[in-house]
Amino acid sequence: MIRSHRALAASLASALCLAVAVTLCLAATVAAPLAAQDLASFEQKTTIHTLDNGWTFIIVERPVAPVFSFATIVNVGSAQEVPGITGIAHMFEHMAFKGTPSIGTSDYPAEKEALDKLEAAYQAYQKERLAPHPDSETLEALHKTFEERQQEADGYVVHSEFDRLLEQQGAVGVNAFTGADITAYLYSLPANKLELFAYLESERFLHPVFREFYKERAVVQEERRLRLESNPIGRLIEQFQTSAYMAHPYGIPTVGYMSDLQSITITDAKKFFDTYYTPSNLTTAIVGDVQAETVIPILEKYFSRIPRRPDPSPLRTVEPTQTAERTVLIEDPSQPFYIEGYHKPAVTDPDQAVYDAIDDLLTNGRTSRLYRRLVRDEQLAVQVQSFSGYPGDKYPNLWAILAVPAPGVTNDQVATVIHEELEQLRTEDVTDAELEKFKTRARADLIRGLDSNQGMAIQLADYQRLFGDWRELFRTIQHIDMVTKEDIRRVATETLLASNRTVVQIVNTPAGATDAPAAAPTAETSR
Amino acid sequence: MTQRTEPTVRSTVALILLALLVAVACALPATPAWAQVKTPDQIEYPPLPPIEIPTPRRVVLDNGMVVMLLEDHELPLVHATALVKTGERYEPADKIGLAALTGTVLRTGGTQNLAADALDDFLESRAATIESSIGEDRGHVAMSCLKQDFPEVLRVFADVLRRPAFAADRIEVAKTGARASIARRNDDPQGIVFREIQQVVFGEDSPYARESTFGTLAAITRDDLVAWHQTYYHPDRVILGLVGDFDSEQALALIRETFGDWPRGAAVETPEVWFDQEPKPGVYVADKADVTQTNIAMGHLGIRRDNPDYYALRVLNELFSGSMVSRLFSEVRTKRGLAYGVFGKVGADWDHPGLTLVWTSTKVDSTIEAVRVLLDEAKALRGERPPTAHEVTEAKNAILASFVFDVDSRDEVLDEQLVLESFGYPLDRVAKFRERIDAVTVEDVQRVAREHLRPDQFAIVVVGPAEAFEKDLEAFGEVQQLDISISSGV
Repeated sequence: MIRSHRALAASLASALCLAVAVTLCLAATVAAPLAAQDLASFEQKTTIHTLDNGWTFIIVERPVAPVFSFATIVNVGSAQEVPGITGIAHMFEHMAFKGTPSIGTSDYPAEKEALDKLEAAYQAYQKERLAPHPDSETLEALHKTFEERQQEADGYVVHSEFDRLLEQQGAVGVNAFTGADITAYLYSLPANKLELFAYLESERFLHPVFREFYKERAVVQEERRLRLESNPIGRLIEQFQTSAYMAHPYGIPTVGYMSDLQSITITDAKKFFDTYYTPSNLTTAIVGDVQAETVIPILEKYFSRIPRRPDPSPLRTVEPTQTAERTVLIEDPSQPFYIEGYHKPAVTDPDQAVYDAIDDLLTNGRTSRLYRRLVRDEQLAVQVQSFSGYPGDKYPNLWAILAVPAPGVTNDQVATVIHEELEQLRTEDVTDAELEKFKTRARADLIRGLDSNQGMAIQLADYQRLFGDWRELFRTIQHIDMVTKEDIRRVATETLLASNRTVVQIVNTPAGATDAPAAAPTAETSR
Repeated sequence: MTQRTEPTVRSTVALILLALLVAVACALPATPAWAQVKTPDQIEYPPLPPIEIPTPRRVVLDNGMVVMLLEDHELPLVHATALVKTGERYEPADKIGLAALTGTVLRTGGTQNLAADALDDFLESRAATIESSIGEDRGHVAMSCLKQDFPEVLRVFADVLRRPAFAADRIEVAKTGARASIARRNDDPQGIVFREIQQVVFGEDSPYARESTFGTLAAITRDDLVAWHQTYYHPDRVILGLVGDFDSEQALALIRETFGDWPRGAAVETPEVWFDQEPKPGVYVADKADVTQTNIAMGHLGIRRDNPDYYALRVLNELFSGSMVSRLFSEVRTKRGLAYGVFGKVGADWDHPGLTLVWTSTKVDSTIEAVRVLLDEAKALRGERPPTAHEVTEAKNAILASFVFDVDSRDEVLDEQLVLESFGYPLDRVAKFRERIDAVTVEDVQRVAREHLRPDQFAIVVVGPAEAFEKDLEAFGEVQQLDISISSGV
């Protein structure tokens, strides 16, 4: 970690990680399908099992080493938020590590009473704080009561017991992340610890206890400051997301707005959990040295404890068609940075493979069109990268391209070249060699994605969540094989237009010349 | 309609009662199920099969090149890594950036047999990659390809190592990238704090800390790159590792064919690498206004990995900040809500001291509290709250129970072997890891905390809006300003 700051590539990579990398893995990198025989051989070692309560499990037997990994993908993210509770999907993700009535407490009945009093005290404080004309003395007194109640409740907490149980049994990569459409939970354990996994993962979604909530809320505020407010690319990406959407909740920064992070309550989080963490909204993939016949009875025993609840209502709002280009200029003491994006269909649309082809042609590797023009020949940029599936994949989303201008080069110079290359896609067929290269690389990427238990678990659970069938991971190659030159011209002509474009850029302004910038969110926010 | 009022009220009550009954009814079948499940203290874990650590086959070619091969037939892929004994630390002071440039252009500049563009096309049309870099104390060239392309990609890989062309136009592209890195090095506050703590601890001019400038980059010529390659890239300075879907005999024959006639190089006298041995206690402030968080890093020189205390320190690091339940994490994040990220450890490097470092970032208002807590936690380990028997047991358990993940993939096992071989460490270090951790005692951990963690000697680097906290930082020592401006010239 400490050496990576030397290379620009590394620092950009980590900056983008916050914003797009996971999205790329989960959605766009879907540019990764295999042939029919690969699917057939994979199906032989894969079992799917849905419990009566609706929770779907995918089990892949991969006995390469005596370990397994899992990923639980919950079909909920910041797209299910509304103003006032932005950031709550991510906030719940943090709370899922705080334990249950039997994990993390010295005396649950007493703690529960203390937590109820704490919440009542917080609600009273909040009501006064948000009143039109709060009385400062009353407010102070209410805050003092809240702090006392908090201290009282904290007295029953056994800190980090959920994590301790896992770490003592050798868990690694204990983590979670939240995006616009999903909340994911993951880790790996030695193969003989499957029952511990079953206990903890059923327990945390059966009856999570919202202890240490207001302290964890402070941690999440720090996460916002770290990822978005104190990082120029984070600030830019928040503007990108919020400017591209006028109506659809994809415009909500996943980490949440600061005022909401200072206001959301235990009551809000409970309500959100009850609405969206119904078992039918959860998919888990387990990959490693496991056998389906042994695993399934354990899953039945532990996970069937959770009652089915009504399915959450579907999202209603559809983003209106964009009719005019939107541009945001951030004057900032940091160096120039350029992003533009275009509205496009959901990742489940058959045209997704065409966008994947466009990504590959324009910016994948050193033979791509924009790398060769911008980086190699004209040296206007030091990095250029396109991606789709931002900020989410389930609903119509953005195809976007970012560029890091070379020293002394303006964003406009870079944008001009990008637009010339998009025009080229509209007016001229791509070559056979380019199309073939795209298809070859997509196949190889799929194979490379199968070399880690954790990576596979995330991909399979996510495909099951998005398409209702994990096999779609392998079938994507068929969509990719069918992409034609005409498809690329058609899609470029229909969507990569100025009137459908949102441009955000950092314009370098010496320090002191502007006010300190405000904060910004990202598409993926990890634990 | 009046007469219907009463029944309506009643039926409402009835509905509420019914709702309660439904709720109870729902809960009933669940209760026995809860009773059936085992809690963690009741679960009996079946024994884990013995952990097999794959052992690569090791062959030394006549020209001195060490080759390690590890077959892995799960997927139709082959990966190779050549580790090269070179490093940025050997650069002349007036040409900082030379090693990194050489590392990049070794690959991007093409070979004498395949020009840069042709090389890119060759690889990408096969979904293969070859990438090269030079870091602080070693160089890497790595390749990955589908099994069917292995022989031809390996030949190109050998050419990259042996016969790079260093095309002038690609040197310019790499220099542009390096200049952009310099121009952007103050954009990210974490980048600043890690760079500056390194400079304060190792010394600004130490090869372990110094930074390129526009001037040192401009001074680098193509001849310098060619000379660097001629000096360091020889078979007797290369360890080549291969992992994947191949037959070892056939792969070895191919390696002999592509690398066997590579002549040994002249002995290299690597320059002595200077770093400051003196501690640098005090507070060093870098002003950065456009942030809402302060970044705080504090530390001093660490140890080499061959230090006999390494394993006790591994346990110390684990209980200090190795996990969510560790002391730093618990105090700074869980209990105080001061930060999202925090870590601290006694640092170790292969053949020179690592950096002992404690870091967090917190809202500007809590800067002073965070500095105090980090210092107090480090001090407590060697004083008022030494590691307890319980903590040491839990830390050892966590390390030992997760050891299987250090050796669960053949790639990572091979990578570790390459590094051990390169720095002259015994190759059974991985195999002996568990018994060495197991042997660590509470007394060991308490002793190494006192010997290797010296908070009174910490250099404390603070990056953020200085006027908000500069005065209050005087409580922790003499405050000095760091000049982080980017010089435009030499």
